Amino acid sequence: MIKIGIPRALLYYKYHILWINFFKNLGLDVIVSPKTNKEIIEKGSQYVIDEACLSLKIFMGHLHYLKDKCDYVFIPRLACLKENEKVCTNFLAIYDLAKISFPTLKILNFNLDVEKKEDEFEGFVKVGQDLNFSYLKILRAYEIAKTKEKEYYQNQKIIMENKLKTDNLKIMIVSHPYNLYDEFVGKPIINYLEKEKVTTIISDIYDNKHNDIDCSLISKTLYWTYNKELMSFVQKYKNKVDGIILLSTFPCGPDSLANELIIRRVKDIPISYITIDNNSADTGLITRLESFIDIIKIRKEKS
Amino acid sequence: MPRPVISFPHLGNYSYPIAYFFKHITTAEILIAPPITKKTIEIGSKYSPDFVCLPFKYNLGNFIEALEEGATILAQAGGGCRYGCYGEVQEQILKDLGYNFEFLSLMDNGKINILTIYKSLKKINNHLSFSKYIYYLLKTMLMIYYIDKIENYIRLNIGFEKNKGSFKKLEKEMLNSFSNKGFLTYKYLKYKRKFKKLAIIKPKKPLKIGIIGELYTSMEQFSSYFIEEELAKFNIEVKRFTNLTYLLVKKRYVTKKMLRDVKKYASYPLGADGLDNVARCKYLIKHKYNGIIHIKPFGCTPEIGAMPIIDKICKDYNIPIIYFSFDAQTSDEGIKTRLEALVDMLKERKRKND
Repeated sequence: MIKIGIPRALLYYKYHILWINFFKNLGLDVIVSPKTNKEIIEKGSQYVIDEACLSLKIFMGHLHYLKDKCDYVFIPRLACLKENEKVCTNFLAIYDLAKISFPTLKILNFNLDVEKKEDEFEGFVKVGQDLNFSYLKILRAYEIAKTKEKEYYQNQKIIMENKLKTDNLKIMIVSHPYNLYDEFVGKPIINYLEKEKVTTIISDIYDNKHNDIDCSLISKTLYWTYNKELMSFVQKYKNKVDGIILLSTFPCGPDSLANELIIRRVKDIPISYITIDNNSADTGLITRLESFIDIIKIRKEKS
Repeated sequence: MPRPVISFPHLGNYSYPIAYFFKHITTAEILIAPPITKKTIEIGSKYSPDFVCLPFKYNLGNFIEALEEGATILAQAGGGCRYGCYGEVQEQILKDLGYNFEFLSLMDNGKINILTIYKSLKKINNHLSFSKYIYYLLKTMLMIYYIDKIENYIRLNIGFEKNKGSFKKLEKEMLNSFSNKGFLTYKYLKYKRKFKKLAIIKPKKPLKIGIIGELYTSMEQFSSYFIEEELAKFNIEVKRFTNLTYLLVKKRYVTKKMLRDVKKYASYPLGADGLDNVARCKYLIKHKYNGIIHIKPFGCTPEIGAMPIIDKICKDYNIPIIYFSFDAQTSDEGIKTRLEALVDMLKERKRKND
């Protein structure tokens, strides 16, 4: 049976339900690379220059893991998800980077560019046809996967809203999904906060109907789709939490400007800005989180 | 009400045409920001976000120095990668620092839109008519085009000038003359002749180097530690692709051709000038250049994505390439040493091949 490899990095964390279910419904084997570890980062760093952001290095590391464990690797290129909006240029380059760095790798790819009238479904049809499946089969697999994805995010939303109702100390962690759920980047922070009995509100919700309005209350000219989602999340829920942690990998391009705007324009709530790079040590991180929790506790007791 | 003072960040010699443009379409006084020095970048870095790219810091430094000298309107434009978002963040930082000014953003969503620029210019000059605006816009574009043409000629020949400093002196004279009244094309032809007359001692087959890379460091010589001047000292012919003519006009028509040219290496645009630089490598190899210099500021995301691909091309075709990543703290001496080593190596290679 054909094995499809999916690297557990970057956009995987945003679309994993859709991707995995699509291929499973077509009756294919799906291999997802393991959780990020030191070795994966070290291997990944060899394929890009030193200055590249940690998330890109992690992505290359996962590709390295997959390179001879599957028949195809799935790397879609999501270039433009909404008119007049952009994504980080790394997402534009990953397909070509993978092709250059791993010449023997067979890549399943589709290009999604709304401004060129390409949409997600067409992309999956292309991928399916590359694997010799009929249109009807692809359509069915896509629709089932899409429903599953919807259910998943609806559940996520309900869980989050229940969390918001508790009286616990609540901290919002704002970051891209590929940072939040990564074993090396976001997980240590979430685990630590949960150990300290802090409720974590995670900025990963699919519902982006009112993005533009919410986001424009903080920034009018920002044009990165994923950062707009984060910004509207901050705007929507900032009054319901006690503190915000902005989490970013070094040196993330869009985050460097978008987070600066959040820090300067969201007032009346403590914000901590944490940057992770490949040499980050746990001890320093925990000290910062400890003091941040203390500040929020004191502030909450006062009010 | 006192007369407003308008200022904008530096970008190589383009402060001349930009000042010319603002001079004719607004009633405001034009303040050219103080020339970039080490202090500019120091101030800029101090107030910038931690890992923003270097041009942001230079621009912010320019703005602060201009504000200190009395500017009341700041103009900013940019697009492609992070540039499009510079304006809003810089405005917020400067406002937080307590400066009082009006911010003029000439870009709409990272794209050039003639109508949006007109609308924002209307804000500072109510009497501006559309025809006048278009007239001066075209004239400024023409001036930029002429400057770029002359500068291309300078880069090819300045390394071989007979009298040291003759090219730079004439260039300065030309820029001043362009900003004054008079028929532009006539002046261009006059100076073109003058440049051709400048004495040069050029061997038949000189050492040729192509400079590729990010746009700001390519165009603003201070930010690349005057790499072109350094190269000229070694008697080298330099080819640089990025200039405003390319970015504003040419770029949008060549993407498809570039994708065809480098089909084996890149299937899609890589963001900002990423694909352009891959295609330029191909061009330099085809035209038998001796070496390539790739420059970029620290943290430039599009170039980071393109560099492994550029590296692959250069390896496949066996052409030497050197990468410079400029930071606020890069040392002059380090760059000079690396350049010297590169030139020595290229000379040796050329001697062997000839």
